[in-house]
Amino acid sequence: MRMVVTAAIGLVSIAAAAVAFAEPPPGAASCTGCHPSSARVSSPVRRLAGLDRDATVKAMQDFRSGQRAATVMDRIAKGFSDAEVQAIAAWFASQK
Amino acid sequence: MITSRRGFLKTGLAVSTALLPWPALAQGAGPRVVVVGGGFAGASCARALRETDARLAVTLVEPNATFTACPFSNAVIVGLRELAAQQFTYERVAADGITISRTMATGVDPQAKTVALSDGARLAYDRLVLAPGIDIRWGALPGYDEAAASSMPHAWKAGEQTLLLRRQLEAMDDGGLVVISAPANPFRCPPGPYERASLIAYYLKTKKPKSKLIVLDAKDSFSKQRLFQTAWTELYPGLLEWVPLSKGGAVTSVEPATRTFVTDFGRHEARVANVIPPQKAGRIAELAGVADRTGWCPIDPVTFESKLQPGIHVIGDAAIAGAMPKSAFAANSQAKTCAAAVAQLLHGATPSAPKLINTCYSLVAPDYGISVAGVYQPSNGQLADVPGAGGVSPQEAPRATRAAEAVLAEAWFRTITTEVFG
Repeated sequence: MRMVVTAAIGLVSIAAAAVAFAEPPPGAASCTGCHPSSARVSSPVRRLAGLDRDATVKAMQDFRSGQRAATVMDRIAKGFSDAEVQAIAAWFASQK
Repeated sequence: MITSRRGFLKTGLAVSTALLPWPALAQGAGPRVVVVGGGFAGASCARALRETDARLAVTLVEPNATFTACPFSNAVIVGLRELAAQQFTYERVAADGITISRTMATGVDPQAKTVALSDGARLAYDRLVLAPGIDIRWGALPGYDEAAASSMPHAWKAGEQTLLLRRQLEAMDDGGLVVISAPANPFRCPPGPYERASLIAYYLKTKKPKSKLIVLDAKDSFSKQRLFQTAWTELYPGLLEWVPLSKGGAVTSVEPATRTFVTDFGRHEARVANVIPPQKAGRIAELAGVADRTGWCPIDPVTFESKLQPGIHVIGDAAIAGAMPKSAFAANSQAKTCAAAVAQLLHGATPSAPKLINTCYSLVAPDYGISVAGVYQPSNGQLADVPGAGGVSPQEAPRATRAAEAVLAEAWFRTITTEVFG
C-alpha cells in the first residue's frame, strides 16, 4: 500500500513537472545576450540551441585553456566549472 | 519550452505544493506579475516570465509606444547611424500574451500589493518587478536643471536629446570647442562617456579637424581606460584631452546661457556642451520605497528582490548589482535570472544561486571595437565577480581584432534587441 501511494505521488510530480516551468542552469540564460536565440538574427556568433552537447563542452574547455582563439569567450569561459559547462551544454542541446 | 532534466528534477520538488492552489488554470490565469518599465530589463523580464511559465498573468507598464535604445546611440550623435535603428515597439512582446498597459506607474502600495497608474487604475500583483532605468538628478550639479538640458544636452536617455546633441555638433564651425563632462560613479553605462568622446573625436577628425574635445571627469579612472587612452593616442592625438579629477576635471557648476563648465581650476566655454549628469534610479523606485539613500536599489543577489520591500524585485540600471555594471547586457541577464526566481517563488520553491554574465562593447572608431566582460555570482549578499574570469580586450592586439570586435558589437545589438523586442 505504501508503495502504491509513493508511486502515485511520483506520478503526480512527474505530470506536474511536465506542465510546470523549466529553469535554465546557472549562467545559461545570459548566453543569448550574444548567441541569438532566434534563427532570424544574422550574426557571426552561433546559435547554441540544438548544438551537440559534447561540442559545446569542448568549445568551452578550449576557450578556457586558450587553445581556441577568442575575443570574449576566453574571458567568459573561465567563470564556469566543468559541471556548470556540462549543464549549460545539455540545456542548449535539448532546445530547438 | 523544453524542460531540461535538471529543471525537471528541481521543479518536481516544488510541484506538490504548487499544484494545489491553482489546478488546471488557463493560460495567464495564474499568479499576477506586474513589470514596470519596458526597456532592456523590463521587456526581457516580462517575456522571460511568460516563457518560463505560461500560466503567469504578466502586465508590462510602459507609457511609451516606442522604446529608444541607448547602446549605439553615440553613433547616432555623430551621424554614423539613424535614430530609427535604435527604436523598437512592443507588438511582439504583446504577442507573447503579455498585457501592455500604456500608462505611467505613479505609486506602489507594498502592503495592498497594488500599483497605481497614471490613468487612475490600480493593478494588483502577487510579485512586482521594477525596471525603471535611470532618472537625472536635476540640480545635483548646480545650474543643471531640465531647462539647461536644451542648451547643454545630456543625451543619456536616447531620443530627442540624442538628436539635439547631433544637431549642435553639425551646426558647429570647424575650430569649435566641444566639452563633455562625466559624472562620478555609479551611472548608466560606465564606458559610455568615453565611447562618446571617441566617436565625437572621430567626427571632428574627419569633418572638423581644427576643433578640440575636452572631457572633464569627476573620476581619476574609468572603464576600459588603458584601451581607450591607447586608442586616443593612436587615432586622435592633440584632438581629445581627458582631464581627470586630480587635474581639476570635476565640474562644480554649469552656466547654460554661455554653455560654460566651471571647475575649481577654471572655466571652459564650449561651443557644444554635453553634460552627462549625476543619476539615480527611476522615480517609481523612490515612490515604492525600494531606493536607499544613494538613490539606487539594494537587492538580493539571488532573486533581485528588494532588500527594503518584500515582494518587489528591482532589475537593470536602477538596481545595486554589486560588480555588475549598469549595461543593457546586464539588464537582460538580470531580467532572465529574476524571471526564473519569481516563477520559483510563486511556486513556493527556493531559487538556487544564479550565475550572470555581462559583455559590453565600445566603439573607439567605426571599425575599432573594444570590450569588457564579466561573470558574476552571489557572494556575501552581493553580486561579485567570479575570480579569474572576465576582463577587457587585450591591450596589445592587431587592428583586425579591433575590427572584429566592432563587427561583434553590432551583431550583439541585433541579437539582444531581437530577443527583447523582436
